[in-house]
Amino acid sequence: MSLLVTFGVNGQIASVEVSPWKRLLDVLREDLHLTGTKEGCGEGECGACTVLLDGVPVNSCLVAAGQCDGRAVTTVEGLARGSAAEPLLHAVQRELVARGGAQCGICTPGIAVCAAHLCESGALVGASDPRAKVRELLAGNICRCTGYQLVVDAVIAAALPDGESAEDGAGDGGRGDGGAR
Amino acid sequence: MTGYLRPTSLADAVAARAAHPDWLVLAGGTDLMVNAPHRPVPAGIVDLWGCAELRGIARDGETLRLGAGTTWLDVVQSALVAAHAPILGAAAREIGAPQIQARGTIGGNVATSSPVGDSLPVLLALDATLGLASPRGRRVVPYRDFATGYRTTSLDADELIAAVVVPVPDAATRLSWRKVGTRAAQSISKVMAAAAIHVEDGVIAWARFGLGAVAARPIRAAAAEAAAAGRPADEATARAVADALAGEIRPITDVRSAADYRLEVAQALLVRFVLNAGRS
Repeated sequence: MSLLVTFGVNGQIASVEVSPWKRLLDVLREDLHLTGTKEGCGEGECGACTVLLDGVPVNSCLVAAGQCDGRAVTTVEGLARGSAAEPLLHAVQRELVARGGAQCGICTPGIAVCAAHLCESGALVGASDPRAKVRELLAGNICRCTGYQLVVDAVIAAALPDGESAEDGAGDGGRGDGGAR
Repeated sequence: MTGYLRPTSLADAVAARAAHPDWLVLAGGTDLMVNAPHRPVPAGIVDLWGCAELRGIARDGETLRLGAGTTWLDVVQSALVAAHAPILGAAAREIGAPQIQARGTIGGNVATSSPVGDSLPVLLALDATLGLASPRGRRVVPYRDFATGYRTTSLDADELIAAVVVPVPDAATRLSWRKVGTRAAQSISKVMAAAAIHVEDGVIAWARFGLGAVAARPIRAAAAEAAAAGRPADEATARAVADALAGEIRPITDVRSAADYRLEVAQALLVRFVLNAGRS
């Protein structure tokens, strides 16, 4: 059977006629051609396919299409403002680029979505240990390339642009060049 | 797939379940949608995600009542849980990662009944009960009788889990919880243990130990509990508890851990819980 599913995607209304069992991930990529969202594991372990569903980060590989009817989805394509010709990247995207917080790029869309949510929810403001908080809130986003150090640097820079946190990077087990550009 | 129903009330959900006992009952999907393209397409789906009546946490007399559709994020954010059942909040915080906590539900964890279901040892230690609903009416079953074998339960084909009810422990009951895995987030546990230990004047009146990942289903460690009851919360009792545990569990070796490691860690956790109960 197929079901007419109507939902908000990056501020626009989308309607698709799909099996209610189809994964939101596949609806985004195959039906709506929003291929920014990547499939990593398909098991809810890696977070590469993270999108916001009603403003909350979820793994889109674990959401059935039928469960999206009437709801609002934000994908990585929805983070930037501006136009296609002149996109104005989200602060998290700008910092990931500036600080080299990405390598192969499969995990990056999920990290960007999660980190944008983290910035906008104000979760880091006043945090006693912002680096630890970033790591906790990004614990569901697995990256096999970067060692996370530059990712954490980028998220902190985007979330706390006034430099509330020293870019120490000490004891992180990462590359040890936190903050380097 | 022949149908998809989205009941918005418990009554409609029960009717849908009873009318289609062979359909998949879906909530947050964090277990049932794993590798979905490689799973058999369900005959139909009863989707409970939008059933607001099933979601929420309330104090009800000397109990906390959690609707089956309550998510782990709801549990993490609940002041009632933090005040009255902190080990449930601690377990919720260690389930998967934020993306999983936003979708996974307590009723789903209970229904899936995995031997490594993260909340299940806690529900055993807290002596939770389940509210089950069917067209025949409601019934209340102790959670300790619910899991019958490897991923099997005593839920009838026309029944739904409506709520998990947790008795509020009194001030003399020490609560402990520990999950052991390769990584704090996202890793399936090697061993999990939870304890509720009632201590009066340094003596353990009774103890409940819930364990996960050491048997085909989440279990209470009855012999270890008996070894603790009526004894002081000290080293000798802790050792007796560990010895009793060795006589009653037979963990397996699998991809995640080894039998002897699981036994040793389970024993060490119960020893720690008993000693901590004696100190506090």
